[in-house]
Amino acid sequence: MILVGELSLWVALLMAIWAATVSFAGGALKRRALVASGERAIHATLGMVILASAGLWTALFTHDFSIKYVASFSSANLPRIYTFTAFWAGQSGSMLFWCLILATYASLAVYFNRSRNRALMPYVSGTLAVVTIFFLATMCLGANPFERLDFIPPDGRGMNPQLQNPGMAIHPPTLYLGYVGTTVPFAFAIAALLTRRLDAEWLAAVRRWTLFSWFFNTIGILLGMWWAYVELGWGGYWAWDPVENASLLPWLVNTAFLHSIMVQEKRGMLRKWNVTLVVSTFLLSIFGTFITRSGIISSVHSFAQSPVGNWFAGFLVVAIALTAWLVTTRLKDLESKANLESMLSREAAFLYNNLLLVGIAFSVLWGTLFPIITEAVRGEKITVGPPFFNTVNIPLGLLLLLLAGIGPLIAWRRASVANLQRQFAGPLIGALTAGFVVVLFGMRDITAIIAYTFAGLVTMTIVQEFYKGIAARRSMYSEAVLPAFTRLIARNRRRYGGYIVHMGIVVIFAAFAGLAFKKDYDITLRAGDSKEIVDPYGRTWKFVSQGVSRYDVLNRQVTAVALDVSRDGQSEGVLTSEKRQHVDSRGAPTFEPSTEVGIRESFREDVYVVLAGVGADDAAELRVTFNPLVRWVWIGGALMAVGGLIVMWPQARRRRVESGYAAEMPSMNSPVRETELVEA
Amino acid sequence: MLYIPVVKPRTKFLAGGILVLGSAGYLMASSIQDTAVYYLTPGELSAKTAADPTFFETGVKVGGRVVPGSIKRETGGRQVSFVMTDGATNYNVVYRGITPDTFTDAVDVVVEGRLGRDGTFRATTLLAKCASRYENAPDKYKSTPGYRAATPGA
Repeated sequence: MILVGELSLWVALLMAIWAATVSFAGGALKRRALVASGERAIHATLGMVILASAGLWTALFTHDFSIKYVASFSSANLPRIYTFTAFWAGQSGSMLFWCLILATYASLAVYFNRSRNRALMPYVSGTLAVVTIFFLATMCLGANPFERLDFIPPDGRGMNPQLQNPGMAIHPPTLYLGYVGTTVPFAFAIAALLTRRLDAEWLAAVRRWTLFSWFFNTIGILLGMWWAYVELGWGGYWAWDPVENASLLPWLVNTAFLHSIMVQEKRGMLRKWNVTLVVSTFLLSIFGTFITRSGIISSVHSFAQSPVGNWFAGFLVVAIALTAWLVTTRLKDLESKANLESMLSREAAFLYNNLLLVGIAFSVLWGTLFPIITEAVRGEKITVGPPFFNTVNIPLGLLLLLLAGIGPLIAWRRASVANLQRQFAGPLIGALTAGFVVVLFGMRDITAIIAYTFAGLVTMTIVQEFYKGIAARRSMYSEAVLPAFTRLIARNRRRYGGYIVHMGIVVIFAAFAGLAFKKDYDITLRAGDSKEIVDPYGRTWKFVSQGVSRYDVLNRQVTAVALDVSRDGQSEGVLTSEKRQHVDSRGAPTFEPSTEVGIRESFREDVYVVLAGVGADDAAELRVTFNPLVRWVWIGGALMAVGGLIVMWPQARRRRVESGYAAEMPSMNSPVRETELVEA
Repeated sequence: MLYIPVVKPRTKFLAGGILVLGSAGYLMASSIQDTAVYYLTPGELSAKTAADPTFFETGVKVGGRVVPGSIKRETGGRQVSFVMTDGATNYNVVYRGITPDTFTDAVDVVVEGRLGRDGTFRATTLLAKCASRYENAPDKYKSTPGYRAATPGA
């Protein structure tokens, strides 16, 4: 099976080369037989990649330590679930995993479009095949997961304990589903550029794919944050590390596209811009992978420095050059079909939204690349830290939040004063109330006050939109509130799902703002010692040490401290924090000791206890952090995921017909919001 | 065709856009001034301080490797001192705070702080960049103590 896997990797490469060649040839020569052969080769490539993956999984589960990858990332005593996830724990395996997802997507894209978008499909398959070739070639020639050792170690090196966490088991797959998912829209964009069929056709074909990749990218980022928070023990979830930035960049640009696509659908504007965004999202995904794999930018969580980086750099350069050439030679075909009519219009709000998202993306990219740029220009590496990202992105982020409150209230094309008065009264009251309440409760941090004010605005905007929609349904169909609510969402998934995503964003912003009030304490406790400290809400917490204990578990030695916790005299139970030394099946230590953070969660704040070390007389050295509102980050993330699912869910056919290329339709001259309501 | 001299929405939008991007650019430029620090190797830092003594007591970021056996922890682990090297130049580093799990002998570290005139680097942040964290380079893999213990005779 292992040998079969190794061979199928090569066969897959040949298949993909065939698919690319005949697809492009078939498209150019308009030969159906060639195109069909290319599509079959795409499916065959998937089959071969599945075989290769089965080979690697077999090697992992049969503990074949003669395979370097298996020896490096698993061991005989590794739990089964992590033996399974070891597949993507290292460089070459994660490349194969990437390839597996890509081949699956390619196959699905070909299958779903077997009777649609036929003019584009040869080029779509061709482009997908070329990207697959890149990954397969990199594996076959650069980082082969089936590489053998010249000796057979009796046991593997094991998996890094920090990766042995449920979050880490799902974080990479979700992030990959998101990253790789950008390839299909990219392929459609390239096909549209090549064929000069740059109308609504390709846009309609990619919308669901973009949503899909956005959805998984969002979840992947949030899972990464959660993992960093509970596993790494530094008390936060985002540090502007290059690898984190790498996952954020495609997300930002993809989010921009999901907004600007609406402008093109409704008004036929932003055609060049949309192509550029789709292509950039893909390139940034590849760039992100490049950063994590090349070690070019020093990051705390990069893979080892490796030649794979050069492959990626080469691919990136070629891809950027080709797409730039394609876009610039087709600028004429991408002329806008309409102009901006008023600054007080939904289009303008979307334009600013895009400007801000891309501005944020640019500043993040700039900050991430700064050491490389300065080294190239001045010969010296200069780095920027979190303060840079915060000073730039907090104001831009707040403006974006403000727009989320304003945008949905303004009509398309041109808003009238009456429209504005009718729409803005409620949200303005919401904003002022929120701002007033937080100040009343003693908040003095100006940034946080602004954040909560804007959060109030957006919340009221969303509530008002739902209220109006429900009221309309109630009067039209005399439905009860709850059925009206669910049907409103069901009949208008894009719009109301989008609002739910916005609500998630509001909650997350509110949670971010709460972090401004976090408090750290370093305390030392012997058994029986106690210490009282004050949290950001002014409540007094008392920690009493039950002492340090040491014990062995199956694959680790644990040093733990248990604390009796009480708040304002009321018991809050016991909190334990551990240092773990993982051992292999012979009891020899593997990896560095790892920290197991003690977290007591609540809606107000997390109490986060890290055992830094144990001193003389078994004195536990602890760092206690009060992290306000952290739970709301995860709640907001869940809301975003739910909203994303609603938007993605397949819609009844009837709707799709009407939402097509509506810009030229005369009926669209009335503001779209009303037509949508009537239709609902 | 009649030309009406009003500001087109497109122009207005562009003006607004330039305003937004301009302020973003200004924020970027000014915060780079405030937060940018040199990222040097120990050798480069010693060359800098030799050429220009103001580099003592100036915030810099230095990347190097921990000299095996040089890590000394104060009781408990709140303060740690170690020797950092790039193979040629060594610096004593003192760091107060919680060390990351990955901080052990022979790992690559990035410290941010100031070099004192006494030659001791006082770090305010310490990042341990362990190449073997997700991926074990083969050579390193063989010299890991845990590996030898696990594979006698290999």
